[in-house]
Amino acid sequence: MSVRSHFYWSVRRELWEHRSIFFVPLAVAGVALVGFLLHLGKTSGLAALDPAKRAVAIAMPYSMLASVILLSSFIVGLFVALDALHAERRDRSVLFWKSMPVSDMTTVLAKAFVPFAVVPAVAFVVALAAQCFMLAASLPVLPVQGAELNLGQMTVVMAYGLAIHALWFAPIYAYLLLVSAWAPRAPLLWAVVPIVALAAAEKIALDSAFVLYVVRYRFMGAMSEGFAPNALKGPITQLSQLEPAHFFASPNLWLGLALAAACLYAAVRLRRYREPN
Amino acid sequence: MACIEAIGVRKAYGATVAVDAVDLRLEEGRILGLIGPNGAGKTTLLNAILGLTPCEGSLKVVGRDPWSERDQLMRDVCFIADVAVLPRWLKVSQALDYVAGVHPKFDRAKAEGFLARTTIPRKSKIGKLSKGMVTQLHLALVMAIDARLLVLDEPTLGLDILFRKQFYDALLNDYFDRSRSILVTTHQVEEIQDVLTDLAFINRGKIVLGCTMDEFESRYTEVVVAPDALAAARALGPIHERQVLGRSILLFDRADRARLAVLGEVRAPGIADLFVALMGGA
Repeated sequence: MSVRSHFYWSVRRELWEHRSIFFVPLAVAGVALVGFLLHLGKTSGLAALDPAKRAVAIAMPYSMLASVILLSSFIVGLFVALDALHAERRDRSVLFWKSMPVSDMTTVLAKAFVPFAVVPAVAFVVALAAQCFMLAASLPVLPVQGAELNLGQMTVVMAYGLAIHALWFAPIYAYLLLVSAWAPRAPLLWAVVPIVALAAAEKIALDSAFVLYVVRYRFMGAMSEGFAPNALKGPITQLSQLEPAHFFASPNLWLGLALAAACLYAAVRLRRYREPN
Repeated sequence: MACIEAIGVRKAYGATVAVDAVDLRLEEGRILGLIGPNGAGKTTLLNAILGLTPCEGSLKVVGRDPWSERDQLMRDVCFIADVAVLPRWLKVSQALDYVAGVHPKFDRAKAEGFLARTTIPRKSKIGKLSKGMVTQLHLALVMAIDARLLVLDEPTLGLDILFRKQFYDALLNDYFDRSRSILVTTHQVEEIQDVLTDLAFINRGKIVLGCTMDEFESRYTEVVVAPDALAAARALGPIHERQVLGRSILLFDRADRARLAVLGEVRAPGIADLFVALMGGA
């Protein structure tokens, strides 16, 4: 009975508890697909467009569908992280979990693994399946040429986007886990209010907006660090628009990961030292 | 080897001392009842024994330091910390899967066997079960773990008497043996008097009485004294006196039973009565 099986079952336990990890991307994909089917009826004008514009117009729904699924699962990840170490204290089930020979380290890492890796992986599978469905549904109406829609390349772009966002968002998830380990109640308030207060204090004292800039950069930065500057304007279809070297050279990536590690370490300590009841 | 060996265990929260200079020893194959009023330090002491909180002094549980070796400790020590702490969203079958997955000493077939005797539906979520059923489930999980020490903190609080009786019957008949030990705290003392082999009273963080049940029975005597013998009985120095339905019941510590027999009906006291006598203050 190894650490690996402890980790495996701790992750499974998270998935049993947070079924929104599966339901939310599936529901969003369902709604988006209905929208796409309605949109298919109005694609007759596409043939008249010149080839370059048509390629963009064809790729757009695929890209948007992936984006909206990824965005929704990112939000799910935030709530899962915020709930992870708080719910078990609220319902006192922590007393049950702690009666099992699973270390606090394993538990916290499993809880971090869910938003960090499982949620993006689920989003990836759901988005890919939805895109395949879109392709199958649109072929009779809109015979697309291979050159106009390179689904293989889009899949690589999506996987890359998910991977860099997981790394970039790691400190956000770790911060929320720390808050959920610490907050006496209402972890959402405890996560948000200090940042708002800090931003307000900065605005009043210095008339600057550095805190807001940092927050905004942490949420949006993966796009500007990991993709070419032109990538933000339309659907990303070219592998040349990916800039992994630039992304991994960004000191803010590593700063964020170091912060994430520190937050997780603090969360482990809190879970270990806080007496139940 | 002693299952629990505490010497001078102390735990303070700021200026408040919750557990103070506690010496406690639990041998293998014994069932110890830890009895104390609310706020006496019971839960703090149990938390120290279970490695949930650090403490001062020397504490060994199944030969390990519970705080620094907590993860290994939990392979040999089980606990039910309270009634209904199983998470409500977990299904019964998932609870079995999880414990089977993480606990090296869990015997799934055994747990299934215990559950088969109950009416707990396997596919239900725990939130849908009655409080009694949740306790049955927790007990089934815990009894299927081949642990050396089982710690129960108010395991039957709020359950009806049938469930309480079943709980201790199952514990004695299907779980307890000479190689295992049980530590239990409860307010329903009368119900576990026959279950215990050892007894400890805790008050204001200190152990005020620690003895085996055999010692308890030979040391303490209760006499229902007739009114005309009351003065003579009081002269023998009872540690407590109470009135029940107009009769005086006097509790004696290490008294000569032959002399007491002359004064009235001699009988063994209940733990609860001794508890009141020692803790009641007035």
